[in-house]
Amino acid sequence: MTAQATIETRPSTVDSPNSDTLIVFDDVSKFYGEVLGVNRVNLQISSGITSLVGPNGSGKTTLMNLMTGLLRPSSGEVSVLGLSPSDTEQIFRKIGYCSQFDSFPRGATAREFIEFYLLVHGYSRQETAAMAQEALERVSMVDAADRKISGFSKGMRQRVRLAQSIAHGPSVLVLDEPLNGLDPMARAEIIRLFRQLADAGMYLIISSHILHEVDMMSDTVVLLHNGYVVAEGEVHGVRDEIDEHPIQILITCDRPQVLASRLFEHEHTIEARVHDDRKGLFVKTRRPDDFYLLLNKVITEQGLQVESVSPVDDDLNAVYQYLITSDRMQN
Amino acid sequence: MSSTAEITEATEANVDQSKAASVRPTSWALWVRQTLAIVRLEIRKNFLSRRALLLYLIAGLPIVLLSMLAIFPPPTDELANFNELSQVYAAVYGGLILRTLIFFGCAWVFMNLFRGEVVDRSLHYYFLAPVRREVLVVGKYLSGLLATIVLFSITTVGSMLILYFWLFPAESQSFFFGGVGTGRLLSYLGVTILACIGYGAVFLIIGLFFRNPIVPGLVVYGWEWINFLLPPLLKKVSVIHYLQSLVPVPMSEGPFAVLVEPTPAYIAVPSLLFFTAVVLVLAGLHIRRMEISYAGE
Repeated sequence: MTAQATIETRPSTVDSPNSDTLIVFDDVSKFYGEVLGVNRVNLQISSGITSLVGPNGSGKTTLMNLMTGLLRPSSGEVSVLGLSPSDTEQIFRKIGYCSQFDSFPRGATAREFIEFYLLVHGYSRQETAAMAQEALERVSMVDAADRKISGFSKGMRQRVRLAQSIAHGPSVLVLDEPLNGLDPMARAEIIRLFRQLADAGMYLIISSHILHEVDMMSDTVVLLHNGYVVAEGEVHGVRDEIDEHPIQILITCDRPQVLASRLFEHEHTIEARVHDDRKGLFVKTRRPDDFYLLLNKVITEQGLQVESVSPVDDDLNAVYQYLITSDRMQN
Repeated sequence: MSSTAEITEATEANVDQSKAASVRPTSWALWVRQTLAIVRLEIRKNFLSRRALLLYLIAGLPIVLLSMLAIFPPPTDELANFNELSQVYAAVYGGLILRTLIFFGCAWVFMNLFRGEVVDRSLHYYFLAPVRREVLVVGKYLSGLLATIVLFSITTVGSMLILYFWLFPAESQSFFFGGVGTGRLLSYLGVTILACIGYGAVFLIIGLFFRNPIVPGLVVYGWEWINFLLPPLLKKVSVIHYLQSLVPVPMSEGPFAVLVEPTPAYIAVPSLLFFTAVVLVLAGLHIRRMEISYAGE
């Protein structure tokens, strides 16, 4: 991966002498019949946390399934630490995959579920018992280990799947939306666990469509859109790009003209437009945190009656739209 | 959560362990161990899951029916005469147990081995394990075989013993312990086992190749049922032809049947086993290239 965080549409050339230490996508395309999954993806992923970010249908899960051999590329090649995903006997000793599929064997407890599949790896019963226990400890599920999974909350089931994917001690961990369904405390714990695993030299490939989570935990990000890699790089650079993206906020209040004139006194307000019905104001700002502080101050000083404050386009698609547009303009 | 130091240490140990495991030699011993693990896991599903209820119903049906027949015998000459019982059982076995119940029981179990996991969205757990996919086919097939053989053997033996001992206890004693009864029972048992092997292979491959296996399953059912009408060469392209060649008391196929000599056991048994081996190889080749995309299932 490049150290810079420029938003550039590549195909970058995959030509590394150290492919044994990288996860490599070499001009990989995947089509589902006529439908595009991913197109001409060239990536080299090194150790640490790499996040695949994109809206639904952008190709995140397809990339993960290609990496783990659940799908085969229509063209191009994938290799994980020098191994082909079709070499199932070797590669799955190195890979753990926590997929999005929320399914479990019926009637199994968390411990049984993990032990079942460790036995399929070929480990002995004693080994599987110890490995399952360790994995359950890592995701703080020991207390519930002997309860049936069918009675678990979504967050607990997510943790069990995570435990199952790390139980055999893989060096590559692929996680498809691993924070879905977790409460904030559990999210923080799991993010900390990811950080620790990455610091220990593991490769973590995580998909997410929640940008601030990606920002918190990733070393590098790969931005996907409609099956194409639109940007890749260190997370800080991409974050800066995102930070520069002005967000639009709608404020419904009794005197929008007064509010507009006050907001314009500050340089981070780049646009303020009174709504046609004169009951609201559209504001564009590059620094939402500063803007909200200023807004509170103006409301108090002017005694404004504010009905609502809502971001108009503060979602991932808007950010993507911005990134893709800026990418086109640069090229 | 564990402390950072503990986790780092454990992870490094695991990475080492992963490396050690990755150089573990591929061996028959490992494949056998993995196969047994798959069989154990699948057996539990085959016997204890909700899907198993239908199998129990199918396998238990003849025992229930024949028990009813023994308790409330209809006023027919066949059931009043011990010498006619072998024909009665041949009809029950050939018409109900073999052609219908074992057929549909195997269809249910073997088609669900892979298709059921796709529907349940759980096949990826196997596909993400470091196991040869061919080993997975063998393990799943053996588990299906174990389930169907156990249940339909009980059906075969149970229904025959109920029919004989309930209606004619004294004659049946000498028939089974001093006559040809035990030999016939074992022959029927052998045919049952071969039926599970043969139909199991057919439905394993149908479940692997077809997204909706019901239509091809019914086509096979139709083909097996009209076997008695087929010309001699086409008869041999079926499982039922070889099984019928092996039953100890042939069942009458009616006035329109195209009669052919039964295939001798020394050809029928290897033919069924060879067919099964070919099907397993095909299944192994297919599953190596199989992708998992649960969307649209």
